Amino acid sequence: MSGDDTLVDELLNGKHRALARVITKIENRSPGYRELVSQLHDHTGNAEVIGITGSPGAGKSTLVDKMAATYRDRGETVGVIAIDPSSPFTGGAVLGDRIRMGSNVGDMDVFFRSMSARGSLGGLSTATTDAVKALDAFGKDKIIVETVGAGQNEIEIVKTADTVAVLVPPGSGDDVQMLKAGILEIADIFVVNKADMDGADRTVMELREMVQMRDESPMAGHHGMEDMAGDEVESDDADEDDGTGWEPRIVETVAKNGDGVEEFLSTITEHVSWLAESGELEAQTRKRYEAEIKTLLREDTAALLEEELAARGGVETYVDRVLERETDPYSVADELVAPIETCVRERRQD
Amino acid sequence: MSTEQEQRTIRCLVAKVGLDGHDRGAHVIARAFRDAGFEVIYSGLHKSPDDIVQAAVQEDVDVLGISILSGAHDTLVPKIMDGLREYDAFEDTLVLVGGIIPEDDREELYEAGVAEIFGPGASMAETIEFVRENAPER
Repeated sequence: MSGDDTLVDELLNGKHRALARVITKIENRSPGYRELVSQLHDHTGNAEVIGITGSPGAGKSTLVDKMAATYRDRGETVGVIAIDPSSPFTGGAVLGDRIRMGSNVGDMDVFFRSMSARGSLGGLSTATTDAVKALDAFGKDKIIVETVGAGQNEIEIVKTADTVAVLVPPGSGDDVQMLKAGILEIADIFVVNKADMDGADRTVMELREMVQMRDESPMAGHHGMEDMAGDEVESDDADEDDGTGWEPRIVETVAKNGDGVEEFLSTITEHVSWLAESGELEAQTRKRYEAEIKTLLREDTAALLEEELAARGGVETYVDRVLERETDPYSVADELVAPIETCVRERRQD
Repeated sequence: MSTEQEQRTIRCLVAKVGLDGHDRGAHVIARAFRDAGFEVIYSGLHKSPDDIVQAAVQEDVDVLGISILSGAHDTLVPKIMDGLREYDAFEDTLVLVGGIIPEDDREELYEAGVAEIFGPGASMAETIEFVRENAPER
């Protein structure tokens, strides 16, 4: 344990290698990583976390590079976590986002870390959350989480961010359609990147229409958090009449030469101050910790049950019996959960 | 306890350093490593030794594979090694060199801390096997 204690101290003292190693332990779920993250928790809560997502080739990495460079010019330190998919067959991955970080190579105060999805569904969002904590505890001012926006998993990941930006390349008429399915709800800011390309105006227009439609829909909500409305302070923006208070902004950028990046960053700042003023920040943080606790509980109980299953001879024997019509899946689940149920209930009564 | 089933994956940085634009070999090895189940970070072309060190430290890679075909290995590789030392990353990073390295220069690289040199004709399977066997325990 003492090795991990020094690791935490070294991380808090700003040693890059220690930070890198802590993230490795988080990713590998090495023995002792839970204690590590627990110890870090006390030192977190100071960084501003920005999530960037969008389809492959939208220019995410390039934009992140320019964002990091701009923050550095302002004297702020930056952490970046870039998540790439891994092969479901071999687990291998080529993590290529680093190549785009041309403006920040050699600058140690931009801590860039590539992570692969490692095929673990729930695990990735946990690992990301924990890695963000490590960067936060290390003292990074801004933390950017970058991921391909392909599905539910990615949505879970970007939810660790205070502000979520979705990149939409011009001319992606069909992509905009696709966005309706889920990514729309999570976007605080839409970035039409490659805005110098044909079709950019049209994409901006389509997005604008979509945002307006969203506002008219009673199902719409910011991060799906309207159920938290009890905690919400009335927004004082006179032009906001839907009660949610934040209408997703649309900004145009040309990431490769840095056009529009300043404007994008000030829109982020605007969103962050809105979060703070509206009380949404607190609500979001509460929601996030709640989700984190629930995820851990789910994973831990699942692991406990795996253990139990293995002790009883593995899932295969149960499958055999189900096939033979000796039992059925529900009964198997009941049988396995019963001892835990009894134990927990007895403890509670003590 | 329970979520601590370790899921270790070998991480590699495939690096091109200096004024050397020949990246076919680096691409091939990156793909082979990926297919072997490793996580591969590719540096891109024309990186300075400092850039490589930054990437190796931040990504906490088990293996650093430097591809050099320019003949500048005798100056570039020691610079990378010094950088790794500076950040305490020298001890537990397996450093490999691939490319055209004359026989006479090899000893010097080994002394600098390079674990193995793979020249033309080295088989992919052999390289992957070497990585599997020698990736540092952490």
